[in-house]
Order: sequence, then C-alpha cells, then structure tokens
Amino acid sequence: MNVFLAQLLNGLDKGGAYALIALGLTLVFGTLGVVNFAHGALFMLGCFCAVTFRYLITLETVTIDPEKLSPWGSPVEVRTPLVQNWFGDFGAVLVDYSVPISILLAIPAMLIIGIAMERGLIKHFYKRSHAEQILVTFGLAIVLQEIVRSFFGANPVPQPIPSDLRGAADIGVWFGMAAHTLTYPWWRLIYLLFSAVVIGGVFAFLQFTTFGMVVRAGMADRETVGLMGIDIDRRFTIVFGLAAVVAGVAGVMYTPLLAPNYHLGMDFLVLSFVVVVVGGMGSLPGAVAAGFLLGILQSFASMTEVKSLIPGIDQVIIYLVAVVILLVRPRGLMGRRGIMEN
Amino acid sequence: MFSLSRKDLAALAVFAAVVLTMPIWLAPFGAAYPGLMQKFAIYAIFAIGFNILFGLTGYLSFGHAAFLGVGSYTTVWSFKLLSMDIGPAMLFAIIVSGVFALLIGYFSLRRTGIYFSILTLAFAQMSYSLAYSVLTPITNGETGLLLARDDPRHLDALFGAQATAAGLPQPTLFGMSVTGYTGFYLCAVILIIAFYLSQKIFASPFGMALRGIKSNQTRMNYTGFNTRPYMLAAFVISGMFAGLAGALLSITDPLAGAERMKWTESGNVVLMTILGGVGTLFGPVIGAWLIKYFENIFSAINTNMLNGLFSFLPDGVQTFVVTVLSKFVGEGWHLTLGLMFVLIVVFLPGGLVEGFHRLMVRLKRQKATPDGVTSVQPAE
Amino acid sequence: MTNFRTNRRGLLKGAGAGIVALSTPHIFTKGAWAQNFCNDPTSGKIVFGFNVPQTGSYAEEGLEQLKAYELAVKHINGEGDGGLLNTLKPAALKGNGVLGRKVEYVTGDTQTNTDAARDGARRMIERDKAIMVTGSVTSGEAIAQQSLCQEMGVIYMSGLTHSNDTTGKDKRRYGFRHFFNAYQSGVAIAPFLAKEYGTDRRAYHLTADYTWGWTQEESIKNATEALGWETVATVRTPLGLGDYSQYLTPVLNSGADVLILNHYGHDMVNSLPQAVQFGLRERQANGKNFEIVVPMFSELMAVGAGEAVKGIIGTSNWQWSLDDEGTKAFTKSYGEAYGQPPSQSAHTGYVQAILYADAVERAGTFYPPEVIKALEGFEFDGMGNGRTVYRDTDHQCFKEVLVVRGNENPSSRFDVLNVIGRTPREDVTYDASIFGGELGPYEPNKC
Repeated sequence: MNVFLAQLLNGLDKGGAYALIALGLTLVFGTLGVVNFAHGALFMLGCFCAVTFRYLITLETVTIDPEKLSPWGSPVEVRTPLVQNWFGDFGAVLVDYSVPISILLAIPAMLIIGIAMERGLIKHFYKRSHAEQILVTFGLAIVLQEIVRSFFGANPVPQPIPSDLRGAADIGVWFGMAAHTLTYPWWRLIYLLFSAVVIGGVFAFLQFTTFGMVVRAGMADRETVGLMGIDIDRRFTIVFGLAAVVAGVAGVMYTPLLAPNYHLGMDFLVLSFVVVVVGGMGSLPGAVAAGFLLGILQSFASMTEVKSLIPGIDQVIIYLVAVVILLVRPRGLMGRRGIMEN
Repeated sequence: MFSLSRKDLAALAVFAAVVLTMPIWLAPFGAAYPGLMQKFAIYAIFAIGFNILFGLTGYLSFGHAAFLGVGSYTTVWSFKLLSMDIGPAMLFAIIVSGVFALLIGYFSLRRTGIYFSILTLAFAQMSYSLAYSVLTPITNGETGLLLARDDPRHLDALFGAQATAAGLPQPTLFGMSVTGYTGFYLCAVILIIAFYLSQKIFASPFGMALRGIKSNQTRMNYTGFNTRPYMLAAFVISGMFAGLAGALLSITDPLAGAERMKWTESGNVVLMTILGGVGTLFGPVIGAWLIKYFENIFSAINTNMLNGLFSFLPDGVQTFVVTVLSKFVGEGWHLTLGLMFVLIVVFLPGGLVEGFHRLMVRLKRQKATPDGVTSVQPAE
Repeated sequence: MTNFRTNRRGLLKGAGAGIVALSTPHIFTKGAWAQNFCNDPTSGKIVFGFNVPQTGSYAEEGLEQLKAYELAVKHINGEGDGGLLNTLKPAALKGNGVLGRKVEYVTGDTQTNTDAARDGARRMIERDKAIMVTGSVTSGEAIAQQSLCQEMGVIYMSGLTHSNDTTGKDKRRYGFRHFFNAYQSGVAIAPFLAKEYGTDRRAYHLTADYTWGWTQEESIKNATEALGWETVATVRTPLGLGDYSQYLTPVLNSGADVLILNHYGHDMVNSLPQAVQFGLRERQANGKNFEIVVPMFSELMAVGAGEAVKGIIGTSNWQWSLDDEGTKAFTKSYGEAYGQPPSQSAHTGYVQAILYADAVERAGTFYPPEVIKALEGFEFDGMGNGRTVYRDTDHQCFKEVLVVRGNENPSSRFDVLNVIGRTPREDVTYDASIFGGELGPYEPNKC
C-alpha cells in the first residue's frame, strides 16, 4: 500500500514538472500559433539562471600564492568568498538559499529573454509555415545552448538544496502510519506545491484579469479582437514572455533534482511536445491533465510488478499512452477542432 | 512509362552529372573521400524519400528514423543469416521497412497535423528504446549489430561460397566488394534512380492527388475521392526509401546501431528537407549534403589546423582570428549549424532552392526594368 | 590543412585525383602488394586520429582526453618536458618523433554516437591518412570504432571504455584497451566492501538498461555474492532518464541495506544525489546504516554529483593524487599545460598514444601486424598504474585497480576523490576465455 502511495507521490511530482514545462508551450501554441522548438531551451535557460545566480554570489577573490605549488605544478590559489565577507551570516544564508532566491533573478531575466525572442525573431514567423517555424526555433535553440556551453562547459553543474530543506519528510507519520513507512524528500514536496501555485497563478491570471480576458478572446478569434481596436500583438508578446517565465521558474526549482547541463533543453523538448499534444493543442487544462496523467502512469509503469508483467514497459510508457490517447481521442484530451490539424 | 518531360530529363542529367563527379568537385572542400561521399548519397536518398511524404502531402513525420533503423537491422541480419550478397539484403530491407511503415502508417494516418507528427514520433521512440534495451538479443543494444565470422549465412553455404579468408566476410555485389569508391558509385547510382523515381512520382497523377490532399483534404474527400489509400501509399513508399537508405548504411559499413532510430535522427531528416526546400526535387538533397558536411568536416577542424591556415597573418591578428573562429568549428560546430538554420530561414524563405528561385526571379525582373537606377546594383 | 584553400592549383590537383579515382577500377588494385598496408606513412606524414565526443553528454570527458592526446603528441615529438617518456620502462621512444619523424594529428567529434564515431574514424583513415585511431568515452563508441579499424587494417587504441565486451565478446586484433573493465571493478571493490560494510548485507541494484549496465551488474553481483551478500533485487532503469524517483521509492522498504548504482555519466550524476535526497544514507535497515555504492565513477561525475558523492565507494582506473613517479610526471606536465590536474579519461588516452608510438619504435615499422605483435604481451612500468601487461589473448591491460571514496573535506575543487586502496594486478587477472570472442587475423584486410 505505501509503495503504491509513494508511487502516486512520484507521479504527482513528475506530473507537476511536466505540466509546468508544457504550460508555456501550449500557451504559445494557443495564442501565437507558433511551433516553438526553443521551448526546451527556455527551460534550460531557467536552470542556468539559478546557476548564474549562485555563481555570482559565490564569487571569490583569487590571489595567487607564488610560494606554494599545487601537486600539478601551478601556483596555489587562495580564494576568499566576497558575499560572506561583506554580509557575514546573511551572506551565508544567501548562498545557502541560492536556488529559491534565484527565482527573483529568473523572472525578469526570462521575461526579457522571452520578449526579445518574440520581438526579434518569432514575430516574423507568424505567417510562415510550421516547417519554417520549426527550423528557425530549432536553430535558435542550438545557438542558445551553445552560448550557455561556452560559459559553463558541458559537465552538469549541481545546485544544492538549502540545508534546512534537505532530507526526507516522514509523511506516513502525518497520517498515523508507523515511522519510516512513507518518506518523501522535502524538496520534491516543495516542488509539487510550487507547481500547483504557478499553474493556479497562470490560470487565475488568464481567468480573472482584463488582460487575461483579452488574451483568451484573442485565442478564440484573433481578427475580431484586432478589429475591436485592441492591440493584440502587444498582448501576445507579453504572453510569450509569460511562457518563458513559467518555463524558466520551472527550471530554477528543478535544478536541485537534476544537475543542469547545456543540452538539458533538448532532453525535455520531445517530452514537452508529447504532453502538450496528448493534452490537446492550445488547451491549458489539457496540458496540465496530460502532465499529471503521464507522470503518474510513468511512475506506476516502473514498478517491478508491472515490469515483470510487460517487460520494457517503463521504457515506452509515455509514448504508448500518447499513441492510445491520440487514437481514441482525435484531438488529445481537451484539444479543440482545427488547431494545428493541418 | 519511363519517359520524363524534357525539363525533368534535363534536371536528371544535371543531377546525375553532379552526383557522379562528386570526387572531383568535393575535393577542394576536403570532402572527397569515400566514407563521406557514401553518406552524402545515402542521406540524400533518405531525404528524397521523406520529401515524397512531407513535400507532397504536407504530413510531417517525426519518426522516419525508425525505418532507417529497421532497414539497417534487416540488412545486417540478411548478411548474417542468408548471404553476404547485397541483393537479398536490400530487397529484404525494403520489404521489411515497407511492412513496418504500413503498420505505423495505418495507425498514424488516422490523425492529421501535429497529432500525426506526435504519433509517428511516439512509434519511432518506442522502437528506439526497445532496440536499445529489451530487444538486445535482436539488435545487440548499445554496441550495435555486428557481423561475426561464424554466422550461418545459409544461402552462401548452400552455394558453397563460404568465405575462406581469415577475416570477417565483406558485403559483395555478385562477388565484387562494395567498399571504398565502389561503394560510393553503388550508392550514387541508387541515388540517381531514387531521384528519377521521385521525379516520376512528382509528375504522376498519384503525385497530383497527393498535392490535392495537401492543399485541401476535406475538399478532396467531398468530391468522392478516398484519400486514405493514397496517403498510406505515400507513407509506405517514403518508408521504403528510408529502409533502402538504412540498407545502404549497413552495406557500406556493416553495423546497425539503435541510435539510428532516435528522434534526433528523425529530426535531422526534417531539418535537411526544410533547409533545402520542402516539395522541391533538389532541395532535400542539398539540405542533406549541407548538414552532413557540417557534421563531418566542420567538427574536424581544430585550432592546430586554424593556426596553420592563418599562419600568413601577423602574430596578434592570427591569435585573434583563430580564437574567434575556433568557437565555430571543432567542438563548436553546432553553433555554426544553428546560426545557419536561423540565417537561411530568415533570408531565404522556403529553403535554399526556393530562396534561390526567388532571387533569380528578382534579378530577372530587375534586368527587365529599363530603369537604370534599380539595375545599378552591385553584382554580388 | 590545405583542404579549404580553393586555389587553381589545388582545384586542378583535386580534379586530377578525382579523374584518376574515376578511371581506376579500385577493386582490382586492392591488395596487389602484400607489404603495402593502409596509410603506410613511409612515403607521407605520420598522422594519429583522435576521435572523442566533443558535443553532447560526455563532451567534457572527451575534451579532456583530447587535450591529453595533444600533450602526448608534443612529448613524442620532443617538445615540452617529455612527460611519461621519462618514466616508461622499458622505453624505446627517444623524444624525436616516431622512427625519427615527427607525428601530426587530426581530431573528430564522435557525438557519443556509434555512427558518428565510425564516420569520424573513416574520415581520419580515408582522407587524412591516419595510421592509428584512438579515443572513446563509451563502450559503444569504442567497439564500433574497433571493429571498423579491424576492417580497414588500422590500429585502434580505445580510450575510456569499461564494458567487458570491448576485450571480451567483441574483441578485435586491431583494438587495444588500457582502461579496466566491469569485471575488474567487481573483483577489486569486493574486499573493500567487506571491510567497510561487513559480509552480511542485502543489496539492491539499480542498473542502466543497456549492455554496459548489464555486464557491470553481473560482475558486481557475482563479486558481492561471493562475499556472502544477498541480492534483494536487480532493477533496470531506462538510459538517460533524468528523474529516478520512481525507482528509488521501492528501495526504501525493500529490506535491502545497500543500494548499488550501476549507472555511468549523467545517469549517475542524477541518480546518486536523488538517492541521497530520499534520505537513504540517514536510514537504518536491518540494524545497519544504509549505504550507497557506485562501482565505477570518474572525477567529472563526482564533480557533477556535488555533495552527494562524499563518502561513496567506487573504483577508478587512475587518480592524479597517487605518488608514483609516472603519476607525478604526468600530473605535472598536464597541470602546467592546462592549469588543472588530469582526469582518468585524460590519463588513459595519453598512455594509449604513448604505448602505440613506443610499440612502433620497438617494432621498427608501422606495418600493423608487427606493431600488434610488439604490443601483445608487452610488460611495462612507470605509467602511473604500477607494473602493467598488455595480455596477448584479449588485448586487455592488466594492472592494479584503485578503490576510491568521495572526499569528505576536499582541499580544492579537483580534490574530489581519495584513494582508499589498491587491488593488486594478480587479483584482477582472469581467464580470457570466460568472455568468449575472437581476435581475428593479423593481416590487414584492406584500406
């Protein structure tokens, strides 16, 4: 039973991550009609916002001690961290909590990157074919990841969890089970909560603000909204920025679970497309539902009991679910007719 | 039946000449060695086949690498079990990949647009994951399927033609080895045949029907035209081209690895086609050559070579030039590729061939206008 | 590098070569001269081909290896401080190139992909006329290049490859491996596991679901079961998964008290910290502290795993902090050239290049069968691994294997691993026939 519960938790946790990544992608589809192959790269850039922030606050002054030599023959470097020197204990806390704090850096940074991308490149491709959108965004993704690589190298850069939040929570005890029957890492619980908050925030933003209303109207019928004298293009630019921010903060909070490397975006690209399409193109609730569905099924498919029944199922479960759903429901879980069907 | 329009015939002649003279005109670019020229020919076949589906019908398959992989595995198995002759190997590769395409196409073609793309992607990724892990007895997993000296080769054994040499047997065409330049000319001839076939398909009523589906499938259906068989036929033909390309990969280099089926390979052929020009005859071929060229030649340039190349410059300038350029070659070849994608799609809409056509049209129009102001443009 | 200069003369030369190529029926000229072998450098340049991943997951290990190769070429040519040429015993190299002539090199990107690796190796052999190809970071790459090189009649010195198959089931006459393998990892780590964790343990394996993972799982399982450990479960995980939570939760209440991660590279970099996050190492099971073992890992993986690697036991081929003459010399010259200590990936590459050059010098010819015979059974010392022998029956190097532990208090960012013991060469030597395979003929096939 507790194995089952633990897998459910895993599924929810994965689902939260999948939904967060897919949310921005489907938003861009629904509003701008652009197939954005650079979405994975946005997620990766988010991860590297955390890396950059940590790099900045752990900057050290390096003085070379010419007297001593390291075993490999170069002079020994004496390093003194700056932030801790300036701020003392507060500096230490800052370093410890670098991952959550870097969200503050990621939001403006990703907004700027997103808007720059849309204004600089993507907006010229609204009227072009999907094939050309794929080519240009794919090229952009490669350029972005190569830029990141030239700064941070190809090796993963691990990001620590704040020391107070390390270790696992004994969830079982909360529900009256014996100790150690159901434990789960604190950070994963935080991530689950975080994804719920962000997803809720995006929905509320689109549902309850005038801006959101206009965007939703624009998704339904762009021309009419334009004819009513509303500058829909400007709103769509901001939507693109918003999508970049969501992908970015999803990346920031994911870094302690998965040490980011420069081509992380490509690894998540296929997955995020599968989630979006299974959910139905341009449908936000669909993407969220598909994210959780795929996450949970993936978790259960990796149980030894299931694997002994169907060998190799954990390798293909995501794609198998995608095939079954698309064959049963023509437009994914909640897709509307006519979007990206030709 | 074998006739072509005069324009197509001219195109075929030019194409054949270009392909067969590769060892000459590729030499100054540092690409005139059999290994790469074989790859040029093989990936061009792959892209031509992909273009029959994507270019004519507009259906974007993101899983074509699966057929490439199936063709490769079938070929190596044919070498292992039947004969080292490439005849049966190619035949089986085409048949098996065709059947595989029929299966995947039957299901995937129930959906259109991006839903179709994701279905094909899902099928291909499942094939890849299974080939890498559970199906290792058939595919030899990570290592890839290799030939062994003690393979049964029943057909060869039947004819008493068992290889007596101490080393591994080699693929042959009627007893003639197909490595090195022979291998290249074999691939080149098959490429020219493939190009000819694609010309025939483009010009045939079948091709017209596929174009009709691309421009408006609903209308085609309303006029009482059953589009399904046409789509399925296009999908299977395209899969067979991919299978043939896979077979040639294993013929020129007898190894079949699971990575050939990964989504990045599928993505590659999509990029090749779009880069060259979707729906054009030459486009996919040019796209394939360009990407393979970057992958093989640009990645092999190192700072040592750059230093040699720019040694005529003054010292400081040389260091500067080499430092800048080294970001774009060797380990940085991806960056060059990415930049090229962006630049081409921004400045040459429709891909290289389409962009070239537009450029020509514009130049002609400029020549036609008697107004001197517009025609005084720099020649380059 | 004249290939990119399009002058009239080059064009004519190329055209001429092309016409010759067109008009010669190549099948009839092949193998006409028995002593004429592939890329015979007696009439041209001596070119080594360095084929490593420069992009993708293993780019960093590949680039380190590449740097070491460049250093090796310098030392062979008599530039720099000579590195391990001074400590290799017996050494035939004189620091004036190979057979008195300078060595050049070409590079390639394998992208950690068997097809790209073979494309690169073919370019080096066919276009750049390489007499020897070397480099790899995964076993798939190594085996793919090794079988190609056998076909082409060019010697291949593998880089980092840990699968038993490289010198087992898929061994080749033209392929040589200096790196150790999964079987040796298992034998080497077992006594230290018994010492640290006792002989009454229950182990749970998480294994990357591909050939290398399986061979390592099998080797470690056999070695630990011989200690008296019990294997609770062996679970396969998809390659490159990223998030391992669904495989880690069942470990918690499985009754196991040791988790063995048969993961390499990014798989390990992700799975180990996640296992630590699940609180495995603070847990008690069966009245003992829960432990995690990663049988094989490298410095770069340790860096990628961050804090989680502290105290984790594994095996290693070589470590820069050893204090023998060879290690000190190599660490010094690599450190002076690149400002950081070398990794085991760099070390194995460097040693392979030197050993090949030395074998040519001893054979007195580049003719591959003679060079192979010079390498087979070659016994040497002073390369940082103690006394080492290249076994003739499977082309595997036999030398001591290091057992390492993640450093609890690193003094610098390179000081991530401590050597806690060495398992002597005699203990990790096994019978070559247990893995089967066939080396193939000495005579070069064709080019």
